[in-house]
Amino acid sequence: MAVQALDAARLPVDWAKLVQKLALATALFVVAYGVVPAYASGYLVEAILLPFLALSLAAVGLNLLTGYCGQLSLGSSAFMAVGAFGAYNFNLRVEGLPLAVTMILAGISAAGFGVVFGLPSLRLRGFYLAVSTLAAQFFVQWALTKFGWFSNDNPSGVISAPHLAVAGLSLDSATGRYLLSVTTVMVLTALVWRLVNSATGRNFIAVRDNETAARVIGVPVLRTKLLAFAISSFIIGIAGVLWAFTYLRTVEPAGFNLDRSFQILFIIIIGGLASIRGAFWVRRSSLSSRSFCPGSAHSCSAACSIRAFST
Amino acid sequence: MSYYDFLFVIEVLVGGLLSGVMYSLVAIGFVLIYKTSGVLNFAQGSMVLFAALTFVSLVERGIPFALSLLITFAVMVALGFTIERTVLRPLVNRSPMTLFMATLGLSYIIEGAAQLIWGTQVHGLDLGIDDTPFEVGGILISSFDLLAAAIAAAMVAGLSAFFYWTRIGLAFRAVADDQFAALAVGLRLPRIWGTVWTAAGFVALVAGLLWGARLGVRFSLSLIVLKALPVLVLGAFDSILGAIVGGLIIGASEKLAEVYLGPFVGGGIEGWFAYALALVVLLVRPSGLFGQKTVERV
Amino acid sequence: MIGASLGAAAYERASEISAILAVANPVGDRRLARLSSRPDVVLALSGIGISFGGVKALSDVDLEVEVGEIRAVIGPNGAGKSSLINIISGLYHADRGRIAIGGQSFSRVPASRLARLGVARTFQNLALFGGLSVRNNIACGRVHTRRASFVEHIAGLPRARSEDAGIAEKTDQIVAFLHLESVADRLVATLPYGLQKRVELARALVAEPKLLLLDEPMAGMTATEKAEMAGFVRAARDRHGVTIILIEHDIGVVMGLSDRVAVLDYGRKIADGTPAEVRADPAVIRAYIGTAEGENGEDI
Repeated sequence: MAVQALDAARLPVDWAKLVQKLALATALFVVAYGVVPAYASGYLVEAILLPFLALSLAAVGLNLLTGYCGQLSLGSSAFMAVGAFGAYNFNLRVEGLPLAVTMILAGISAAGFGVVFGLPSLRLRGFYLAVSTLAAQFFVQWALTKFGWFSNDNPSGVISAPHLAVAGLSLDSATGRYLLSVTTVMVLTALVWRLVNSATGRNFIAVRDNETAARVIGVPVLRTKLLAFAISSFIIGIAGVLWAFTYLRTVEPAGFNLDRSFQILFIIIIGGLASIRGAFWVRRSSLSSRSFCPGSAHSCSAACSIRAFST
Repeated sequence: MSYYDFLFVIEVLVGGLLSGVMYSLVAIGFVLIYKTSGVLNFAQGSMVLFAALTFVSLVERGIPFALSLLITFAVMVALGFTIERTVLRPLVNRSPMTLFMATLGLSYIIEGAAQLIWGTQVHGLDLGIDDTPFEVGGILISSFDLLAAAIAAAMVAGLSAFFYWTRIGLAFRAVADDQFAALAVGLRLPRIWGTVWTAAGFVALVAGLLWGARLGVRFSLSLIVLKALPVLVLGAFDSILGAIVGGLIIGASEKLAEVYLGPFVGGGIEGWFAYALALVVLLVRPSGLFGQKTVERV
Repeated sequence: MIGASLGAAAYERASEISAILAVANPVGDRRLARLSSRPDVVLALSGIGISFGGVKALSDVDLEVEVGEIRAVIGPNGAGKSSLINIISGLYHADRGRIAIGGQSFSRVPASRLARLGVARTFQNLALFGGLSVRNNIACGRVHTRRASFVEHIAGLPRARSEDAGIAEKTDQIVAFLHLESVADRLVATLPYGLQKRVELARALVAEPKLLLLDEPMAGMTATEKAEMAGFVRAARDRHGVTIILIEHDIGVVMGLSDRVAVLDYGRKIADGTPAEVRADPAVIRAYIGTAEGENGEDI
């Protein structure tokens, strides 16, 4: 009885929130699928929106691992590389594989790598773990350059984006690639949003905030950490596919270097750890070269801006 | 294995150990700061670059060697002091991760500043050290490497003496042991941190000169931080001895792996081999070879 | 003086020998087997010993806790109380001795299975999840009952939703029981200390444990808060039938609250009985007066 009364008391608040959310979602859809494709210039889409979407998605993925689950990773761009090269090879070697399936398989390959390189997290913490994720960074870059198979024996390891199409509809134009990108990002972000607000997301936070207490109350700590590595890498891997296929179109292993990993890390630090919205805001603001720096992250954003004009 | 093969192994090993000393040189700068303030200072690599670049630019402008050295030292002290004041002190009591990320940002700032001040061209750095290899019992040894090792040893000895026999050194060790207790008995933490950053600046200077003379002063010099990290992980972040032994192990095994393992996998493994090795050690000893195993208080 | 120190040395040696014997001690093992088969014994410790860097924190401690009792473990600073609770919850591993929880015997309690064994605990220094709301912190206490996978959670499948609903209901009950309604949706890190302690109790209680370990639940509280907390602890036992082991510094609170009291001093159990028995025990008086003069002035 008391419980029902409580629920009833909470109901009106939920309605107001729901309406607000609905309005926000509608506005987002109108902008993403109506305004941008109709009015945005080719330059805006190619040079700003496409990298923005891919890196934001990578930041969402890293945030899941570092912001929510508390496991610092410095190897994000390695997982992007695995996704990109994975998608390239699935597309190349399996005749007629639909694009969506290719991307999911690429994400799963990245997730597999993520779990392997996440295994040390079961024993290592903090800096020791962070340094061990660098192993992933260097190893993947080396392997992709060294073994020609990954790039179909291209002498410098470069891969080119295949013809992009969904259900026979070509997406090779700038607008097409934008639509592919924005849809992927919105779907995955929505799923992550649901995840972090579920019991699994709360397990992530519990492991981050107090691992000992989490273990004692029965959070499966090891499984939770590996799950965080897997899902995070899955998303970062798909972000890598977007980066390679929709933005750059041709990419070499060196494009996924340590600097890219740090860039993604800076995005989530400045945007706020454990904040999904932050991943987008920062990317957007750093692109329009506005400085946006809450609290402790000022040095990082300063670094980004200094770097931006020194390179 | 023939006698010459054996000699070759020894030669590779000695070369590896000596280059390991060079890694240790960078790693020691990390340890100094980590021990006293719990910060993993990613900017140590950029400090090395900054020191080398400042020194070489001064020399190229016709300033005498000794004076350049002195000025560079003063600049490094000022830099270390400024970093402590402007970046780390406002962030005191933040989580180690926040501090680490702040130094990560800092490394880009220092590099950017170095580029703005000194430009981006590569400089040669001649310390006047003869680098003709000499032969000992059939093995060729680089005299430059040997000298670098000697300088590193002298520096470690000097730092040890400083920290063991001076008052401020005693305070340093107290802080490393227990920050709160040190604060409670009235040690002035900010001054100690200032000193440690100064010391780290000095270490960066020495490392910068030796590495700069080895590779030329270029921007990739700051990447030696990536060589120092596996050394730190292997030896433990908080142990100077660990940094030295870790450097030797990494240097030697890296060279041996390059020669004997490299050909089988297509070479180029020096980029990740040290990390893989460090990882294997970590899985057996999660806080490094020389790390203290702490009992978790609950 | 010399006699006393010789006596102490002999005592030390004797206890060492008995501790060594406890490693392979058929009598002790049989005792534990007998105790753990009794349905009215929730927890039985036998010959527990642990040392840290050569310093013995506990040696040869036996303890039986019966269903439905509030059992206090008291002792001066450094007597080994927290080590004991950490051994029971599997965070420390005893060097010797065995632990029987609800009929299952362990030399090392698996901490990750603790909740499923029916044991919940609170921590001496708060161990809440600062990034979660009070309600979500408490809900985490039932995580061991969850079966739905993350895919089911994302997709909102029936099993995940019914789990969520069931846990929300239990959480609401505990929130009401501990009077946390007004702060239930606040971030736990923003609450005052006393309330955080209460949230920790809530997180432990929501698991509906058979055995609840409370590590200094009233440390650092005002007298009013202590009385309130004592009321909650008693109510938890009376209403939910949970057996409680309570570690506490404040002897006054303990004597009024517990059914039986075990006293530790320098890692040994020096007394065990009802509050009245313990209060009259000369060894206890000696231990406490010794420390009262020495350091912290606790009185009995």
